[in-house]
Formats: sequence, C-alpha cells, structure tokens
Amino acid sequence: MSEHENQAVLDKKALRAQKKAEKARKKEEKYYLASQWQLMARKLGRHKLARISLVILGFLYFVALFGDFLAPYSLTDYDANSKDLPPSAIHFSHDGKYVGPFIYRTEKQTVKMSVAEKSAAQRAAKERGEQYVPPTNIVTDETTPLRIRWFVHGASYKILGIFESDLHLFGVEGSAKVFLFGADSMGRDLFSRIILGSQVSLTIPFAGTMISFVLGLLIGSVSGYFGGWIDNVIQRIIEVLNSLPSLPLWMALSAAIPAGIPPVQMYLLITVILSLISWTGLARVVRGKFMSLKNEDYVMAAKLAGVSDMKIILKHMVPGFMSYLIVNLTLGIPSMIIGETSMSFLGLGIQAPATSWGVLLKEAQDVSSIAMHPWCLIPLFFVVLTVLAFNFLGDGMRDAADPYK
Amino acid sequence: MGQYILKRVLTFIPILLIMSLVIFFIIQLPPGDYLTSYVAGLKAEGQIVDESELDSLKERYGLDQPWFTQYFKWMWNIITRFDFGYSFKFEAPVWSTIASVLPMTIVVSLVTMLFNYLVGIPIGIYSAVHQYSIGDYCFTFIGFIGMAIPNFLFAILLMYGTYIWTGTAFIGLYTSEVLVGLQQGTMQWWEVLGRGDFWGRMAIPIIVIGTSGTCGTLRSMRAQMLDELGRNYVLCARAKGVSERRIVYKYCLRAALNPTVSGLSGVLSHIFNGSTISAIVMNLQLVGPMLYEALKAQDMYLAGTILLVMGFLIVLGTLLSDILLACLDPRIRFSGRRAE
Repeated sequence: MSEHENQAVLDKKALRAQKKAEKARKKEEKYYLASQWQLMARKLGRHKLARISLVILGFLYFVALFGDFLAPYSLTDYDANSKDLPPSAIHFSHDGKYVGPFIYRTEKQTVKMSVAEKSAAQRAAKERGEQYVPPTNIVTDETTPLRIRWFVHGASYKILGIFESDLHLFGVEGSAKVFLFGADSMGRDLFSRIILGSQVSLTIPFAGTMISFVLGLLIGSVSGYFGGWIDNVIQRIIEVLNSLPSLPLWMALSAAIPAGIPPVQMYLLITVILSLISWTGLARVVRGKFMSLKNEDYVMAAKLAGVSDMKIILKHMVPGFMSYLIVNLTLGIPSMIIGETSMSFLGLGIQAPATSWGVLLKEAQDVSSIAMHPWCLIPLFFVVLTVLAFNFLGDGMRDAADPYK
Repeated sequence: MGQYILKRVLTFIPILLIMSLVIFFIIQLPPGDYLTSYVAGLKAEGQIVDESELDSLKERYGLDQPWFTQYFKWMWNIITRFDFGYSFKFEAPVWSTIASVLPMTIVVSLVTMLFNYLVGIPIGIYSAVHQYSIGDYCFTFIGFIGMAIPNFLFAILLMYGTYIWTGTAFIGLYTSEVLVGLQQGTMQWWEVLGRGDFWGRMAIPIIVIGTSGTCGTLRSMRAQMLDELGRNYVLCARAKGVSERRIVYKYCLRAALNPTVSGLSGVLSHIFNGSTISAIVMNLQLVGPMLYEALKAQDMYLAGTILLVMGFLIVLGTLLSDILLACLDPRIRFSGRRAE
C-alpha cells in the first residue's frame, strides 16, 4: 500500500469520525434546545408501560373510528333464531379438505313436542310461578361449509360521516351470520356491538373531559387568582357538589332528559351530566397551583406592567402548569369511563338503539345469566383494558412531566 | 386554634342548608312525583284510579304545592321537631325506615374500612420496601386491576366464581331463616352478628366494597413510603446504624401515613357512595339500595333524608380532617385556609 493510499484511508476515517461527532453534537444541541413538550414526549417514549398503553389505546380508537367498516353487522341487525348463541366455532377443513376459514350454520330451534307434552310443560311452569319458555336446542348443520369472505357488502353506513358505503371487512356467504363473540339475548352479534359501542364508550370520556377541563380551568383559576370572598364562595360550592353522592345526581339529571330525543343529543346530554360532576377535582388542583404561582415575581412584574388579569391568567400562568393539568386530565378519564359504564348498566345512560359497553354489560346483571352465557362478560374485558391503559399512560405522563425525575 | 374551629363550624351550617336545598331541588327535578309513578303502576296492573281520590291524596301529602313550599315545610319540621317526614313507599316515618337498615350499613362500612386499612397499608409498606421485587409487581398489578374493574362488575364476577366453586349463589346478607326472624321482630340485628353464616355471606361484599378503597390506599401508601425512604434523614439514620426495621416503622411509616389519615373523610364518602351499585347487584339491604329505590319511586322525603344524612357525615368528615390538619400545620391555622 502506498503512502498516498494510506493517507486517503486515514482521511476518510477522520471524516467519518468528524461526521459522527457532528451528529452527536447536533443531538445534544437538539436536547438542549428541545421545548418542554419535546422533552416530555421523549421521556414518555422511554416509559415502557406507557408506550404499550399508547399503542393499545391507538388501536382501540382506530377500531372505533372505522367501526362501521370493521363490524360485520349494524346495530339494528338481529336474528330471532340466534338468541344467546355461543361464539361461532371457526373451522378450516371440511371432510378432510382444507377450505379456508368457514363456519357451519348454527341456529336455535324449538324442540318438537307433542301437544300433550307441551301442555304438561306449560302447566309445570305455571306451578313454579314462571313464564313458559319453549325449550330450544342449538342445531348445527355440518353438511355445508359457509366460507368467511373478506370485503363483503352488507348494511350501509357512512365512513367518518361523509362517504356512503356498504363494504364490511368480513362476513359470511349466504344468510348465515358469524358471531365471533357470541350473540346477545336478542340475537345480535356481540362483536359488532362491542365495536360500535366503543364509539360511544371511548368518546364520551374525551368530550366530557374537555367540558370539565374548561369548567375546572375557568372556575379554578378565578378562585385561585382573585382569592377573598370569590374563592370562599366557589370553594363552598365545590364542597357541596363533592359531598353529594353521584348516583342521585345521575338519576335526577338523566330522568330530566326527555324521552325519545335523538341519540346524538342524548349522548351530548349524558356527557354534560358526567362532566358537571367531575370538574370539581380539577378546579381544586388549578386553584392550588394558582395560589402558589400568583406570588411569583414574574406575575407581579406583569401586573405592574399593566397586563390585564385575563391575559396574565391565560398567557403567563396557565402555560406554567399545563403539563400538570394534562396529566390530571388523563388520570380523570378512567373514572369517567367507569361512570358512563355504571350509568348505562343501571339503565340511566345511553338508551337503545344506541349502545355502549355499559349497555352491553346490562346482560351480565345476574349470576344465572352469566352462568348460562359467560360470553356476555367480554365487554368487561374491554372496559378494564381501556381503563388500565389510561391509568398507565397517565402514570407515565406524570413521571414525564416531573422535571426532577 | 379555637377561633379557627369556630369559624369552620360556622361555615358548616350554611353549607348544610345550601346542600339540603340543592338535594331537594335535584330530587324533584324528574317530571312527576310519587303519586304519578304510583298511579302509573296501578294503571299498568289494570286497576281503575279515581281522579278525585287522587286529588285528595295529593292535597294530604302536600304534593300540589310548589317544591320550595314543600322544602320549607320539610326543613321546618326537621329543625323544630326532628321530624323527617313520611316515606310513601315504605308507608312508615322516614326515620324508622332508615333506622331499620342503618345498623347493618354501619357494620358493613366499618368492616370494609377495617379491611381497607388492614390490607392496604401493610401491602403498601411491603411494596415500597421491596420495590421492583416480584411481590411488588404482583401487588401493584392487582392494585391496578382492582381500580380498573367497576366494583359492581367485580361483585358479579366474585358471585359467579363462588357459584361455580360451591354450587350455591350467595345473594344478600341474610339466609332466609334470618330474614324471616328480622322481619317478624323475633331476632335483633346484633344477634345476626353472632352467626357464622352471616360472616360467610359478608365475605364477598367486604372484598368487593373494600377493594377499590384498598387499591387506592395501597397505591398512595406505596408512593408516600417511597418518597419518605428516599429522604436524607433516612440516609442519616442508616449511617448512624439505626436498624432498618426501626427506620421503616418508627420514622417513615408515621410520615407516610399522614395523607392516608387526612383522606379519611373521602374514604367514608366513597364507601357510602361507591358501594350503592354493588349493593344493588348483591341485593344487600343497606342504605344505598334503599336510596336507589326511593329515588326510583320518587319517594322524596326518604331520598332527601338519606342524602342529607350522607352529606352531613361527609361535611363532618371534611371538617374533622381540616381540624386535624390545622393541628398539624400552624400555617393553615393562621391563614384560616386549607393549603393545597
């Protein structure tokens, strides 16, 4: 190797090292120049549980967004012959031959009885003081496999409320139906209903949080900034609201919702009810922060410079604890989800034809119905998953927002 | 100090008055009253209702007057004669109706509170002292799950579980024998406490109602303990050779318990509040389900009184915890305001 070539290799190496150093420097510079939000995002990304939660929540919201497409059936689809059917078994081979995913037609059929038998059964039910229910068996027709097809045409809907379509991700050929999670007591597909219910269950807490965010921020900041008698009155109001148990508030407010109003309005009203109860916690947090911030020098400086009160609150003080507020909001979402679930479970919340996870869980109201059809507990899994994910995300955000950690 | 307490007690009275007004307003908010829902029930059964009789009933109960008149009458009777009105649904004076379920409610609440602290605090300490151990991960996970499952569904799950394991469904607090005894008055509530089968049936409600509180206690206890364990005084104590046991239980625990104790009023309200739906699901004869029934039937005096008593207890709890805090922290005492 000549000296000349050697020199070239060395040059290249030096250049590479220089580039590397440059990159590292830039990275460091980026770190120092990063805004508070970028730093928070970076810390959040390192929190393992929060990252997983974020992925799960992203997936759930994605499913809710395209729910009409992903759910094989619409909210109003029902089938009288498939009441309380267990989840459909999905097979792959028929008569020893591979056909791809398919199901067999499964139906509930009334047991054939002679007239004498039937009247005897009716009499027996009457003696027990029960209503006579004709006995049924589940009949599976194993002669013809019904293929599960991708992108089938079904009930029409509007994607994102704009484009009309009747395409569904999957469905079964013929008139049979596939019940991935079983069917409810009216013969409706639980899988579709969970997806469509998530559109309500996942957005109510968001909308509600927004309302209570505005209320809590406004009232809390006024209370903390001005102090004195305004503060006293607001604090007493919060105390009164906090000391009222939420159940009677729900009952009274939801009873005041007129019957038969369109689902969208009902949805909004229930959101308002939930957020009217939950703003007090945030208002207290905001007030506490204001009390500690208002004696800071920069607030005094702004006051002396003649900045208006509203501008001091919104431009100077709120950004100082915004991250803290957002963490608080995230941690407040789970309780709102549980609130909506409880309301709907008691029949005070969302009403048919709209549905939510709480409404679906109404089927799991007593031990005997769970023993008969355990699949009615599947919505519970999604409630728990969502609540857990929001809790972990909130925890991660709290750690990320804490500059001393 | 005396002045501070006096000031707080004085604000206590207007709060209660405002609260009673709000409660009464909320209760009468749904359209109709007890009679309309009662008549609707009669009509559904196919009975004919005489309109003139209805009017006389309305007049007798004072339901034909505007709600604030009803409110003032109700309040006046409470203040002057300690008379909380008449329950339409249970056809008895409100106070004796509530008194029939109150002892058991207090027993259940106290036992669940005991469960909450006896389970939550030791586990919280263990989790903090053995941070990131397998035990810590298990308990933290259970704590999170316990907070994520709505209580009433947890009740159903547990009932389903016991049904599968034992073959019998435990519904309600009492066996049928005890129930008959209680109704006929041959048995008193304290006699029930001595029975083994009662405590067997208490297990699920205690676990269900206790869990959400327990999980909260566990988490806050763990966080507080971790905070304290990282303090400099702990380092100093360790350097001086103080035993680990003494550090944890003598110093850290005392400091870490503070927020848990001051949160006592919140726990009280939570047990009343959070257990209502669970108690309905589990068919427990407690104050919570009675309130639900009363609200459903628009039995306003009964519902109003229960809410008033609950509110009273909660405001009282807040007051007590505020006074406790003031005793601990002189800054609060002097400004007369609770520092957040």
